[in-house]
Amino acid sequence: MQPARISTIGSQRPHRTRMDEPWAARWLMIGTALLFLGLFLLIPLAAVFSQAMEKGLAVYLSAISEPDAISAIQLTVLAAAISVPLNLIFGIMAAWAIAKFEFPGKSMIITLIDLPFTVSPIISGMVYVLIFGLQGWIGPWLYAHDIKIIFAAPGVILATIFVTFPFIARELIPLMESQGREEEEAALTLGAGGLQTFFRVTLPNIKWGLLYGVILCNARAMGEFGAVSVVSGHIRGSTNTIPLHVEILYNEYNFVAAFAVASLLAMLALVTLAVKSLVGWKMREET
Amino acid sequence: MDIEIVSISKQFGRFKALKDVSLRIPSGELVALLGPSGCGKTTILRIIAGLESTDSGSILFNGEDVTRRRVGERNIGFVFQHYALFRHMTVFENVAFGLRVKARQIRPKKEQIKSKVFELLRLIQLDHLSEKYPAQLSGGQRQRVALARALAVEPQVLLLDEPFGALDAKVRLELRRWLRRLHDEIHVTSVFVTHDQVEALEVSDRVVVMNEGKVEQIGTPEEVYNHPATPFTCDFLVNVNLFHGNHVK
Repeated sequence: MQPARISTIGSQRPHRTRMDEPWAARWLMIGTALLFLGLFLLIPLAAVFSQAMEKGLAVYLSAISEPDAISAIQLTVLAAAISVPLNLIFGIMAAWAIAKFEFPGKSMIITLIDLPFTVSPIISGMVYVLIFGLQGWIGPWLYAHDIKIIFAAPGVILATIFVTFPFIARELIPLMESQGREEEEAALTLGAGGLQTFFRVTLPNIKWGLLYGVILCNARAMGEFGAVSVVSGHIRGSTNTIPLHVEILYNEYNFVAAFAVASLLAMLALVTLAVKSLVGWKMREET
Repeated sequence: MDIEIVSISKQFGRFKALKDVSLRIPSGELVALLGPSGCGKTTILRIIAGLESTDSGSILFNGEDVTRRRVGERNIGFVFQHYALFRHMTVFENVAFGLRVKARQIRPKKEQIKSKVFELLRLIQLDHLSEKYPAQLSGGQRQRVALARALAVEPQVLLLDEPFGALDAKVRLELRRWLRRLHDEIHVTSVFVTHDQVEALEVSDRVVVMNEGKVEQIGTPEEVYNHPATPFTCDFLVNVNLFHGNHVK
């Protein structure tokens, strides 16, 4: 019986898969993406820095070291310094419970965690005014005890915590779910206690996702405008954050100073992007 | 250490995983829990380990009721189907884990831990890979590390949940025989779960055939194969051939 003859003609042609686009189409798509990126990202970023430096370095530095600007920077940093750790603790706990266990009400908690994303920031701020403001539920009691929340720093911090609530939890939940609970179970069978298991097994496994979530949470905490705008009262020198201060300067036609202060946020954005890329690279390396 | 399972029932929602199961695992034996998917064999194993609770019934280790005891206090070793190695730790650190998390008073010294770990790594023939990470190992190597890790704390019972299920056929065969030889050397009471009839008959001293949450038959491989007690057992083992032979050197 004759062995079947296998054609070898096809294998001599250059290998061409179905995924090969003609090079024109490829360059068109890349070009469009770059144009989009340039228009919406690079040009505005460049504009911020060029406008900030328009009147020279001295003016730039005085704009960001002026007392109101300094207090705005301080409040921004304070808001971030409080909301990020709190949301970190909450995020880890929520993600751990959701990913490793089954319990009633789980899907409701997941939906609630997403709430700050779906609600407009203005409404988020509004809610705090409605609860803690003078016409609100607890307002009169707070006034009687001389506790200031709305139109004061605590209000700003509360609003920041609310809007940055989901970031870390949302980052960790799918990560921890994909990792499952077998490693934790193995640790338990080997005699490790609950806390030991958490610190030696769970935490190291989520470190890059955690860092990623913290970076995003921080960026949002420092850059939040809408919610903070409603609760802050815009009191110069005490209840302004960097974004609010930029708005004030811009509304006074003090453009150079406005862009100078805005450039701080732009630099934060660049640092965030850099760390995010590093973390993303590390995460890909590990899988 | 012998294990006694007394009238265990377990339900997951509406699904009855175990219906009043009782069995005894004599000390030092290698026992297979054999049955199709969903028969309850993994549930029984996890209940023995303490990874699942029981709805009713009790577990006795050497006559002592351990039903309420925490996982970490039962002195068991567990080997998972998908290894469950700590991915961010080296092979050495994985095997040393159980020793390192012991309470300060009873924790061995660093040198003792090191020598114990290497002793186990030599046993599984992977001492040259002690600094590698699980991701750098093959499936068979990972499972051997998982076994060494479980043995490091000198458990009284070794529990294996379809230990070779995730491995390819050739490696499965090798490790199966290797496990048998290991058991002949170490003699720790071992229970392993499998749905592979050949594996159960080849490796174990005793087979527990299960179906739909109940025990169908318990016996040596020969008994279960030659004298099936129920229609299910007969049917489940019908496609298996059992040969006896002598290894001629």
